[in-house]
Amino acid sequence: MTRQYELVYLVTPDASEEQVQALHAQVEEIIGRLGGQLEKTENWGRRKLAYEIGPHKEATYVLELINGAGDLMKELDRRFRVSDQVLRHLIVRVDMENRVVDRTRTKRKAGSERRRVARGLPPERQPGEGPRVEDADDTGFEGVEV
Amino acid sequence: MREMKRSGPGGGRGGARGAGGRGGEKKDDKRRTLFRRRKVCKFCADKIDDINYKDVKLLGPFVPERGKILPRRISGTCAMHQRKLQMAIKRARQLALVPYVTE
Repeated sequence: MTRQYELVYLVTPDASEEQVQALHAQVEEIIGRLGGQLEKTENWGRRKLAYEIGPHKEATYVLELINGAGDLMKELDRRFRVSDQVLRHLIVRVDMENRVVDRTRTKRKAGSERRRVARGLPPERQPGEGPRVEDADDTGFEGVEV
Repeated sequence: MREMKRSGPGGGRGGARGAGGRGGEKKDDKRRTLFRRRKVCKFCADKIDDINYKDVKLLGPFVPERGKILPRRISGTCAMHQRKLQMAIKRARQLALVPYVTE
């Protein structure tokens, strides 16, 4: 049973570029050994932390998208817990969530197309059509308003 | 009429007014006449299906200075999206993308 997981980890700012690479290689090795596959890697680079973690004010963020079994993620989780280079890590199972998102998206699209056809319009919005404005003065969401 | 409406949660206030809250009443009136925009769920309006913890820009307005999650009654977010938003903010907090409540 393969599932899709997202793994994000924060490496200490003291670690060099090579050390980050080495850590990534380690992750890749574990994935390969336990029969998973790495779908995507993203290095967000050095970012400021929202709060201090120990003495650190920033960290290197790395995201990995992994297809694999739960046991693989368990092993990765264990490794990251032990590692002192990794400040934080988060593993999230994403395949279910993505499915739900896709479903709502297609559902809404189908609904709007059906209603448009029922009104005798082509299913897609035409470029000439004006926007459906409900609050024309509404410039967007600015956060707090009471 | 106005009194009736208030009687629910603000029941205790009537008594307080009797004790000399003349200024309070005036202020209360003023607040009621303030223009209040209709609140719309941002995620429904913009058709955002995926509230992702990595999208700090999206979560930002819902995490004010203090770090608390903005309540629904203020932001106007619908129940479903508030639930998803809450999940995303909590995940983002773990990764220090968004602050925990400070102080």
